Amino acid sequence: MNYDAIVIGAGMSGLAAGIRLAMFDKKVVVLEKHSIPGGLNSYYRRSHRQFDVGLHALTNFIKKGDKGKPFSKLIKQLRIPYDDFKLMPQTYSKIQFPDCTLKFSNEFELLISEVSEKFPNQIDQFNKLVEEVKNFNELDLNQAYASSRDVLKKILSDEILIEMILCPLLIYGSAWENDMDFAQFVIMFKSLYFEGFSRPEGGVRTIISLLMKKFEEAGGEIRFRTAVTEVIVNEKNEAIGVKTEKEELRSGIILSSAGYPETVRMTPKLSMMASPRVGAMTFLESIFVFEKKIPLDQNDSTIIFYNDSKRYSYQRAENFFDPNSAVICYPDNYESLNREGEGIVRVTFMANYDQWKNLSKESYLTMKEKVGESAFKLVQNLNPNFDGQMVFKDVFSPTTIERYTWHLNGTVYGSIDKTRDGRTPVKNLFIIGTDQGFLGIVGSILSGISMANLHGLMNGAET
Amino acid sequence: MTAHNIRQIVLDIIADIAPDESVDSIDDSKSLREQLDLDSMDFLDIVMELRKRHKVEVPQEDYPKLATLESCVAYLSPKFA
Repeated sequence: MNYDAIVIGAGMSGLAAGIRLAMFDKKVVVLEKHSIPGGLNSYYRRSHRQFDVGLHALTNFIKKGDKGKPFSKLIKQLRIPYDDFKLMPQTYSKIQFPDCTLKFSNEFELLISEVSEKFPNQIDQFNKLVEEVKNFNELDLNQAYASSRDVLKKILSDEILIEMILCPLLIYGSAWENDMDFAQFVIMFKSLYFEGFSRPEGGVRTIISLLMKKFEEAGGEIRFRTAVTEVIVNEKNEAIGVKTEKEELRSGIILSSAGYPETVRMTPKLSMMASPRVGAMTFLESIFVFEKKIPLDQNDSTIIFYNDSKRYSYQRAENFFDPNSAVICYPDNYESLNREGEGIVRVTFMANYDQWKNLSKESYLTMKEKVGESAFKLVQNLNPNFDGQMVFKDVFSPTTIERYTWHLNGTVYGSIDKTRDGRTPVKNLFIIGTDQGFLGIVGSILSGISMANLHGLMNGAET
Repeated sequence: MTAHNIRQIVLDIIADIAPDESVDSIDDSKSLREQLDLDSMDFLDIVMELRKRHKVEVPQEDYPKLATLESCVAYLSPKFA
């Protein structure tokens, strides 16, 4: 079979790339190893309940009609009307450290006033940082890498403020431990603090079904349970197709959303020329279902970035998981949701892949139980007056993530080494998605769009 | 094809590209980019749609000629003749 383009992976970036290519009459097939779409942002069902795998919040919130933002770009490039996403904005979120809490919402002014109230001697410097972020061109695919901590230390002098600002940005998108590339920092700062959070009504399924529908309408082909076993490269160092377990497919270009190290692994020729490092950051997610929702007068925040010491440690957990910090998500606390029915709380801890990988079946279950207890205790501490009974609990681990996404070591934010223009040393083989460097759902979708435009529709010529 | 038809062809494409924009109130003599939320990626879409739907080619050096609705009609008229 011959195609104009093969896309590996039916996650956010793969589907978006597929849509763009199919829209302009390219013959494109998306190959997905799993039986359902979504990739790192998929969904599952347990005990008659629907859960999202990873979605806490959709970043880059815009109101209908807002212009020139990443989300508005996505709407136009995919031609999906704003209203179809059914976005429900967050109430507000907070960064909670031992002696200080900073609130932020979809109105950036809230964070400014919080900083000026809690760090009065830093507000001028903070405004300077904001200017720097505003003027930085994070979309330049040729930006040099720089440490965000170094940049922040030059501007801000209060270490706690630096830690607090970094905390949500690191855990919502850094493949590096304890730091992030400054271009990434700028993307995340704008996505989280300037623009903010929302959640589509119906969760991640709403987005996935919009993408699937658009792709099919545009004439794209998608195959599930179809694993690519090898990317075929000819003597001229050009990718010319892929092998699946059943057959060989030929194609002019290949866009892989499997991850950079994962793509290297399926491309013997590439493994001689590139060795992107597998990241260390992987997570544990505990999901609790309560018989009722936490009343808003007890807790009305959407997401809490919790840390119990002055320094924020964002690194591979030393001992299976790190209970000293967490992200607590209250998916019920988005605006315009009704208050009836069961309540859900999600808790994310940083984890240690190697330790989880080496557990016996029995100790694995015991350890998962321990994580659940720790997360539950944290939820209780944060909601001391809530008396709702827990009716269901699920914990998933780095090995669960690896099992369903085939991301080496259960990494969620991919490789430490990104390829910003998507190019690899093999011609016609491109990386899209997390390892191209745009993160989160909106980032991944934009990655798929921009890489499909650049390499699939414009033959590599940037406008 | 009349100027009116060509104007409509361009408007139809814009309406598809920018599903949330209202194309009814566009001022023909003013820059499309300034009136609507269109960037270089979107202009590329207009060009690709002209090729896809009407087999009309617009080389990259001519993109500036698509700046306003008026200039679109003037530039595209001979191509649709």
